[in-house]
Amino acid sequence: MSEIINFASNLLRSALPNKAMPNGSLKDIFKFNGGVHPPEHKAESTTHPITKLAIPEKLTLPLRQHVGHIPKITVQVGDYVLKGQMLAEPEGTVSAAIHAPTSGTITAISEEVIPHPSGLPDMCITLTPDGKDTWAVLQPIDWRNTDKKTLVERLRASGIVGLGGATFPTHIKLRTNGKSNVHTLVINAAECEPYITCDDMLMREHADEIVKGIAIVQYLLGAEKCIVGIEDNKPIAASVMTKACTLACTQTCTQSPEISVKVVPTLYPSGDARRLIHLLLGTEIPNDKRSTDVGIQVFNVATVLAIYRYFEFGEPSISRVVTMTGNIAVPQNFEVLFGTPLKALVAAAGGAKSNTTHFIMGGPMMGFDLPNDLVPITKAANCIIAATPDLFAAPPPAMPCIRCARCADACPVNLQPQELYWFAKSDNFEKARDYNLFDCIECGCCTYVCPSNIPLVQYYRYAKSEIIAVDKAKEAADLARERNDFRLARIEREKLERAQKHAERAQAAKTEVNAETIKPEDGLASTSTEATPANTDKQAAIAAAIARAKAQKLATTHDAEVDAEVPAEKAVALPITAELKTPAAEAAELKAKQDKQALIAAAIERAKAQKLAAAQAGLAPKNIENVSATVQAEINKTDAIREKAKQAVDAKTLERKPSD
Amino acid sequence: MNRSPYITDAPTVSTIMFKVLLALVPGIIAYVWVYGGGILVSLTLATLTALAAEATLLKIRQRPVKPYLMDMSAVVTAWLLALALPPLAPWWLVIVGTFFAIVIAKQLYGGLGYNPFNPAMVGYAVLLISFPLIMTKWPVPLSLAEHPLGLMDQLHFIFSNILPADIKVDAITSATPLDYLKTQLMLKHEVASITQAPIFGTFGAKGGEIITAAYLLGGLYLLQQRIISWHLPTAFLAALATISLAFYAIHPAHFANPLFHLMTGASMLCAFFIITDPVSGPTTPKGKLYFAAGVGVLTYLIRVYGGYPDGVAFAVLLMNMCVPLIDALTQPRVFGHEKG
Repeated sequence: MSEIINFASNLLRSALPNKAMPNGSLKDIFKFNGGVHPPEHKAESTTHPITKLAIPEKLTLPLRQHVGHIPKITVQVGDYVLKGQMLAEPEGTVSAAIHAPTSGTITAISEEVIPHPSGLPDMCITLTPDGKDTWAVLQPIDWRNTDKKTLVERLRASGIVGLGGATFPTHIKLRTNGKSNVHTLVINAAECEPYITCDDMLMREHADEIVKGIAIVQYLLGAEKCIVGIEDNKPIAASVMTKACTLACTQTCTQSPEISVKVVPTLYPSGDARRLIHLLLGTEIPNDKRSTDVGIQVFNVATVLAIYRYFEFGEPSISRVVTMTGNIAVPQNFEVLFGTPLKALVAAAGGAKSNTTHFIMGGPMMGFDLPNDLVPITKAANCIIAATPDLFAAPPPAMPCIRCARCADACPVNLQPQELYWFAKSDNFEKARDYNLFDCIECGCCTYVCPSNIPLVQYYRYAKSEIIAVDKAKEAADLARERNDFRLARIEREKLERAQKHAERAQAAKTEVNAETIKPEDGLASTSTEATPANTDKQAAIAAAIARAKAQKLATTHDAEVDAEVPAEKAVALPITAELKTPAAEAAELKAKQDKQALIAAAIERAKAQKLAAAQAGLAPKNIENVSATVQAEINKTDAIREKAKQAVDAKTLERKPSD
Repeated sequence: MNRSPYITDAPTVSTIMFKVLLALVPGIIAYVWVYGGGILVSLTLATLTALAAEATLLKIRQRPVKPYLMDMSAVVTAWLLALALPPLAPWWLVIVGTFFAIVIAKQLYGGLGYNPFNPAMVGYAVLLISFPLIMTKWPVPLSLAEHPLGLMDQLHFIFSNILPADIKVDAITSATPLDYLKTQLMLKHEVASITQAPIFGTFGAKGGEIITAAYLLGGLYLLQQRIISWHLPTAFLAALATISLAFYAIHPAHFANPLFHLMTGASMLCAFFIITDPVSGPTTPKGKLYFAAGVGVLTYLIRVYGGYPDGVAFAVLLMNMCVPLIDALTQPRVFGHEKG
């Protein structure tokens, strides 16, 4: 049935004019649902070759330029460093090093504003160049005659991260631990976002080196096949790459694996890894798996070039190609040292035109506003767009969703954005999760086609962050509850043990008394009766000691486990145990605690009911700000109730104590 | 700040609604040609009532009036209702119906985007239940009338219910073909002989089939403009044709042929303009097929076995009720997932 529907749908689609699918003639391409084709604006920045940007007066290197742990700083203020020298070493598995982009002096290690959507400052190393640009001693690697483990370990120190924008440390993607099931390497050269041309220009100018880099990555992964995916709006890059691949194959084809270039239709977001894999190979990566689970690994074209340069020349990751475009005098691509302030890049491109309001990092579909033009260029900076209201008009006020489902038609993941929007807006997060909110790649296609100008992606981000926060809170609560349950069980057990011990002692004492009162009849009898109480006493004492030791052992191991997970809680847990002196006090505290819990639970229920009533009475929040305001108010109210309950409990406990 | 994407390429809600209105124009022209200019009065009355009601309710609900009035959705509702009513309906009928559609069926549910039922069809159903006599008395096409009414006469009739001295109401009105067919079948007449009556045309109603064809033209324009998806009209017309063909094949003397059902009553208006209301319809592609097929089958059953001559309004409202269920059960398979 669904096949017939799909067939009919495709038939009608092909019969009707369709802006989204302009290139239906490309062969062997496996299309994904939806996608959009915004105006490309790529021609502007491809008229000039890649220009090397001069060394600026100051380089600001954020420690957080990649996904994962921040690296550990290995230099001090005042240190003189050489070009390519490591300034911060990777810490933990997922981390990347930072190197000096040129020679000079470390002049500050401080918090500076970094290019991040939050606009908040973060730790940076400031390097003042000496202008000599003196290289440290570089160590090229003969990768063909070095074992893979060593190569990957070396790569860990290279500072290379995914240069397509994801900035995931590259060495992790190449770790195979001796056995790799990766059979196909996909090189992402789709560059599907409008305006961005850095990969295009890189391929035009460095195709041979890229192909050499591909050979290294293929060797490391043991991948027999490699497909380079390029959108059909980059014909020059595609032809240069094809030539380079063919040449490489004819030179070394006997042992070298196969590399081919495949042109895909220009359709955003074909550069998304999972979409590109589907386009090229027809493989849908299951939502809960990684591409490597099905034997495919994806690398950006610029990353592959960086790997080549690292192995061939020993050059670590200190610069990248950045597209400077938009409302600027001469849009073009630059090779920029990391840490270069944006204004140097803007100046090199002839300066921004007078009506420029701000700069965007990334493309117009997924990029973000930069806080100012002083922020440094980082490893993630593939494109900077000088923005004006003419280019990117402020969105008109959002209208209600009319359920036209254009968003669903455009969604490359085949989600139902209109449903997700409804759930996110009404804080129905569980439902949003059920409708696969976490499969959303935030590509922005839904917003791009929305007639009501609803900022859908922002709603999804909000819902995702809320769900993650709730999950974390729940995890913490579960842990706390578990710990409390265990503590209560232990108290109960200790009480029982004590009671048993008391009973045993009493029994022993009784037996002793009895033994004394019984007069010995004869010598044999007397020795046996004398021996009995002593034996019983001893045995009981031993048994008790064993039980105690066991209990202690159990308690310590369990505590140790819990403590290991949450070290901070240890300090809290210990005094509570110490406080437990008499069973009576224990019982009182237990009772008080239960009362308190009941009161708090009741208060929370009350607050929930109030919220529900308010929502039903038509006071339902209109937008996110209102939601958070309402929630805050509810929290305040709940806190107040809780405080009152606590006071009541305290008072009660005080009252009860004397009588106990 | 992250407000990406910075660029959009989408028609505004106003543009979409405006194109729907534009697509109705051929139908309206045909309407005027067949029944005279009276329909323009109904359209004007409905439009003004809808805008006034919408503005008032928005004001009461403390919503911005201008952007919501400019979205043109109220006008679409008004036009659809006016086109569904008898062409010479009295002025108050149009106003009451439009008022119900906008105030009760739309604004009281939360306005644009929140109404579970098709507002125009709610208005129509209310009128049909409340004033069945007026609602089922249609004027005969001008070409069939002995004394065709001029525009001024029609105006006079709409506003004061007074006809020129020499004309009686019965002379200018008759039952609709659907209605006539039903009553005649009850009198044990056969379809072939019934359709010999002058109110029947080549396929459907005399004159009415021209309007229907004009709606089809407008509908194709909407398809071409990608304002509506093909799923809804295709499934509706296919379902209506299939079920009527089945009945017709079994007993042609008792059941009208599929073409008659497709070209009569509100079939084409329903296929391209009524069930394509996105707000009260399903959103998934499969759901659209089920929904439209359901409307098609119900329309036929109500026409043939129900108490009213045409079944479109009730069929649409009944299927509107099923939309949440249909949407929930027809979720498409998400990329990388096993099942939908």
